Amino acid sequence: MFTRLRYLIELSQSHRIARRYFVTNGFDGVLAMLGLLMGFRVSASVSIDVIIGACVGAAVALFMSGLSSAYISEAAEKQHELQELEKSMLTSLDESAHAEAAKLMPLLIALVNGFSPLLLALLILTPLFLFQQQLLPESFFNFSPLDLAIIIALSLAFMLGVFLGRLSGRFWLWTGVRSLLIAVITAVIIFFLNQFMAQ
Amino acid sequence: MAIVTRVVLDVLKAHQPNALEFASQLADLDASCQVNLLVQEVDDKTQTIILSITGERLDFEAITQHIMSMGGSVHSIDEVDVQGEAITASSE
Repeated sequence: MFTRLRYLIELSQSHRIARRYFVTNGFDGVLAMLGLLMGFRVSASVSIDVIIGACVGAAVALFMSGLSSAYISEAAEKQHELQELEKSMLTSLDESAHAEAAKLMPLLIALVNGFSPLLLALLILTPLFLFQQQLLPESFFNFSPLDLAIIIALSLAFMLGVFLGRLSGRFWLWTGVRSLLIAVITAVIIFFLNQFMAQ
Repeated sequence: MAIVTRVVLDVLKAHQPNALEFASQLADLDASCQVNLLVQEVDDKTQTIILSITGERLDFEAITQHIMSMGGSVHSIDEVDVQGEAITASSE
């Protein structure tokens, strides 16, 4: 089954699309979580249950949005590609692996697009889950669970940049720092926006 | 029924699977199967290839089915080598 799946991925070159979706929607997820956590960090103290509830809700919404949007767009795109190929071949490809790939690959791409923000968001929220389950103290090396979650979000933004750098063959540190910088700028904007709104 | 030992086919296929993958998959149909693939023409979305397949006993139906499943379409049978089974039986 996995051999067949690998063959269909190779045939439709879907690994490239899935990789792109993984990074773009993963980055979306990281920035969305960072935004929420920064909002909670600078505003009046809220209970950990409220923070987790809001963040998990946003993560599930990102999952559903990623899943459905990628499936709808990729299914249409793959169907169009198949029709174009059939026009060039002057024959029906219904019985071919190309038709099978056109049906299966949008689902696979949609799963990648949905799960990437969800899994990254859950990873970011790990310190909050651990604190909720009393497995993490209120202050860990002078960092609150919320601070730790923000640090993880920034680290993941850096790592996604490194991943992109390695893919494109560019200097990994530069692409990592660039992604980190975007995340830091986002955090700073949210911080000042909250300060401004509090006045 | 005559035994097919060699066929040369004119096939139109999509770019993917590539020539190596295409030929390898056909060769995997039978242990005695040997495939020679020549790319004759490359277009925007398709390739015209000449496939020369040799084997002890080729199953032509299985070959065309497999070509179709890989997104290819047989345009013509350009050459064939067949052996009558009666001749084979008498020689044995």
